[in-house]
Amino acid sequence: MSEQPGDHETSFEERLAAARGRQGLEDARSGPGKSPDGIDGSALAIGVRVGVELVSALVVAVAIGWGLDWLLGTRPILMAVFVLLGGAAGVLNVWRMFAPKRAPARGKGGRGKDVGVKDGRDQDRGL
Amino acid sequence: MAAGSGGIDALSQFRLEPALGPLGRDFHFTQSNLMMVIASVLVLALMWLGARPRAMVPGRLQSAAEMAYETVMSMCVDTIGPEGKAFFPFVFTLFFFILFGNLLGVWTYDFTFTSHIAVTLALALLVFVLVTVVALRIHGLHFFSYFMPAGVPIALAPLLIPIEILSYLSRIISLSVRLFANMMAGHVMLEVFGAFVIMLGGAGLLGIVPAALSFSVNVALIGFELLVAVLQAYVFAVLTCIYLHDAVHLH
Repeated sequence: MSEQPGDHETSFEERLAAARGRQGLEDARSGPGKSPDGIDGSALAIGVRVGVELVSALVVAVAIGWGLDWLLGTRPILMAVFVLLGGAAGVLNVWRMFAPKRAPARGKGGRGKDVGVKDGRDQDRGL
Repeated sequence: MAAGSGGIDALSQFRLEPALGPLGRDFHFTQSNLMMVIASVLVLALMWLGARPRAMVPGRLQSAAEMAYETVMSMCVDTIGPEGKAFFPFVFTLFFFILFGNLLGVWTYDFTFTSHIAVTLALALLVFVLVTVVALRIHGLHFFSYFMPAGVPIALAPLLIPIEILSYLSRIISLSVRLFANMMAGHVMLEVFGAFVIMLGGAGLLGIVPAALSFSVNVALIGFELLVAVLQAYVFAVLTCIYLHDAVHLH
């Protein structure tokens, strides 16, 4: 299927796109495939996703804090610290889910050639 | 399996039983393992039988196999970038193993191996280890700059780095819990409403209408389960791709 000659492919694609446009199929096609928000945009799904992100960060943090306390014998201190850090990490996770698209070049981390992919990534974060 | 004498027993469906008789008991081969083998064999059969005709105009099975291939391939390349082709086999295996596991679980009498946290946690750990190893191989020690966001005052580093590391580690939990919770919740709901049908249906004339209602809820739930099965497999695969993208490109 993918080993078609190039010219035929493009002209066929164009004709297919035109035909789909005439039939009003383009919207249905670009819905779920393009934006993941279209799949699970319901409030319940978002709520569950946020909950999972928040709780999972906290679970990891409590586990690490508890384990370090157990190793070092500093029973309550590290766990308390890690609970706070875990809460912050959970909020960071949620922020990553809903963050607006990043500016292409931001400080030293920006790499020009990845811009297109990066945008896609930040959109997909929503999952 | 359904309503016992003591009410609704919604969780016994997740109990592991030895499969394949005494042989399975000796090897601790459970019905969960059996379903994993069946899912793997079905994926292999789809790809092998689908690829065999090599027709220019594909038949139904070949079409399905090609669509499976192209969907995952485009997912890899779109999300990870051109480097994504290297990870195609991994993502493909992961996606279809989970997808078939989820879908087989909707079938009557079948066991859903993705409804066990042990299985999903193992899958998530596999992804996590792979992502970390890939990042370390590509970027070496530079990988650890991932935990220090660019353009942040250095004074905040002691606070931010632990938070970023925790956020990175929490991927394991969120990835595994998401799949596990979705599959388990759906099957518990099916079980509960199935038990309602039996309990209310046995309660005489008055119970007929609520029993029919619960039954129709179950019918709708089966359809919903099919959606969740595909969606969760897709989400798992896409998140794997996103993590791989982070590993390949950092930031």
